[in-house]
Amino acid sequence: MANQPRTLYEKIWADHVVEQRDDGTCLIYIDRHLVHEVTSPQAFSGLRANGRAVRRPDLTLAVPDHNLPTTARRDAAGRPLPIADPESAAQLDALTRNTADFGIDYIDALAPAQGIVHVVGPEQGFTLPGTTLVCGDSHTSAHGALGALAFGIGTSEVEHVLATQTLLLGRSKTMEVRVDGTLGFGVSAKDVALAIIGKLGAAGGTGYVLEYTGSTIREMSIEGRLTIANMSIEAGARAGLVAPDETTFAYLKGRPMAPKGADWDEAVAYWRTLPSDPGAVYDAVVTIDAAEIAPLLTWGTSPEDVVPITGVVPDPDSFADPAKRDAARKSLAYMGLTAGTAMQDVGVDYVFIGSCTNSRIEDLRAAAKVADGRHVADGVTALVVPGSGLVKAQAEAEGLDHIFISAGFEWREPGCSMCLAMNPDKVPPGQRCASTSNRNFVGRQGPGARTHLVSPAMAAAAAVTGRLSDVRNLVTNS
Amino acid sequence: MQPVTHVSGKAYPWGQKNVDTDVIIPAHWLKTITREGLGKGAFETVRAVPGNIFDDPRYAGSPMLIAGDNFGCGSSREHAAWALADMGIRVVLAPSFSDIFSGNAFKNGIVAVVLPQDAIDRLIEVAQDQPITVDLETMTVTTPYQDRFGFELDAFRRQCLMEGLDEIGLTLARDTQISKYEAGVKEHRPWMSGDRAHASTSVESGGRT
Repeated sequence: MANQPRTLYEKIWADHVVEQRDDGTCLIYIDRHLVHEVTSPQAFSGLRANGRAVRRPDLTLAVPDHNLPTTARRDAAGRPLPIADPESAAQLDALTRNTADFGIDYIDALAPAQGIVHVVGPEQGFTLPGTTLVCGDSHTSAHGALGALAFGIGTSEVEHVLATQTLLLGRSKTMEVRVDGTLGFGVSAKDVALAIIGKLGAAGGTGYVLEYTGSTIREMSIEGRLTIANMSIEAGARAGLVAPDETTFAYLKGRPMAPKGADWDEAVAYWRTLPSDPGAVYDAVVTIDAAEIAPLLTWGTSPEDVVPITGVVPDPDSFADPAKRDAARKSLAYMGLTAGTAMQDVGVDYVFIGSCTNSRIEDLRAAAKVADGRHVADGVTALVVPGSGLVKAQAEAEGLDHIFISAGFEWREPGCSMCLAMNPDKVPPGQRCASTSNRNFVGRQGPGARTHLVSPAMAAAAAVTGRLSDVRNLVTNS
Repeated sequence: MQPVTHVSGKAYPWGQKNVDTDVIIPAHWLKTITREGLGKGAFETVRAVPGNIFDDPRYAGSPMLIAGDNFGCGSSREHAAWALADMGIRVVLAPSFSDIFSGNAFKNGIVAVVLPQDAIDRLIEVAQDQPITVDLETMTVTTPYQDRFGFELDAFRRQCLMEGLDEIGLTLARDTQISKYEAGVKEHRPWMSGDRAHASTSVESGGRT
């Protein structure tokens, strides 16, 4: 059986089995653990209560992102500004104290490399192909873009990993999501992600690890792959993988925490053995033609509620499933939309460009290209929130901040910001937001907030026109 | 963890599909550093609507919740399980659960019972005015009308739930095996070790975006 073709997932799994139990579940070793302020305090309390240590602080990296305000963190004289919300401040203090007490590397709120945990991991070379990586955050699936088996865990599991560097897991089923062909003008990785979720449904990937394959994925940058893998969880899949290739190696080489010298060569040699073997069998296969993907957006309150920008708000009665009909009616009521309305006739109040899905340098470049020489429409509040301090510095070196600021966008400090309504950046009740984030759930961006998920270029297009707009009408194909 | 073997009583006959963890507990409740007291934030947006199921006196204090497909999707926040536990929920019954939520529920002594949609539909009907019973010993859900639905549960999870076992303690007992695995990695994939990654660098040193 040794020569039986294996998938990327099966190879990573096999190399991380500490032991297999009689029922088939395995104790799986965890190579990398990212920690943030929101889902870790109770885990550290648990360790303290039981007198337990962190087994491998050297494999653990902490950075605050979720509830950190994205306004200036220092005053004009360079002194750190306090965090106004006492609960947020207490959570950040807890992370500072916990990382110090347990000897964990900590990129604090004022560090140049601070950012969203899923932006920082790849950027620092902490995320590596063929590793198992976890974090108490469902969008940990993002790291699969580099060929790491990466998934979100709950706080009890955070505690379990801190204490044992392992998790007890059952094997997942595998699904190949093959995307072939060339993306059309104005179509980005975000549109591919939305197309996949639209096709699979919000629960279609439950129980599966997805592997994204095909020429479209191969030709995509790491930034684009991160966007797609990030949203695996929105199709219900806990993890999504892209096989490591030359693009991956070029991205990682020289990053601060990536292997160096002879270690690098050894690592690359190992990584080259990881891609799925020809003839490897997946439990399910889904194919998507890249040429058929238009710029997409969501109309409802589930990420599966996807429609092309040229489309209309669907009629709930058009759905075959009675439960979906009912859900669609509720969604339209919440979203303040009427069936049959052209998506491009819908006005927006807020635009959010950021989040672990779309806050990397390529995302900001795509948005800046649309914003350049234009201005945010009257009555629209538009935020650009870089994914990390390093992304921010890079964008500023390229002059993107000037483009955004002169176009009337707010240029913020790195963090999760308006993705999840647990820091001061919120969409007010009843207001509508074109957002590059990953979830359009009820109340996700604030109580009563109405979210349309879009790509960075589409978000910028909405900002400058004041309504949901087809970016292809605003930029030339050059 | 509180052992759970048998739960009998009222159930919220909800049936809602795709209930995400933002709905179970909105993010502004996540700024806590303890596990307690989240019940008051549970289903906040649902409870904002008059006549909602959670404030219906007929179901007040139910230890069970009946939901639709994909319960607990979205964010990995364990606060969702803590909030359910705090409001007294010991069992959630649904046709399917998100992978992360079912793990979180289990770690907090909440039984996630998977049943086919027709069984869920029947239980929603019965639970309008009758109690239901979930038994981990026999792995069945029963009603006063003699309905009897069998369900499956991972053997390890079932044992942990029924005995209230501490999973971390169980894994720490495998220390020899974990150390042996680590020694193997050190030999065959030394670049994987965090020590080397840290030795040559500081995370403060910048890098590329």
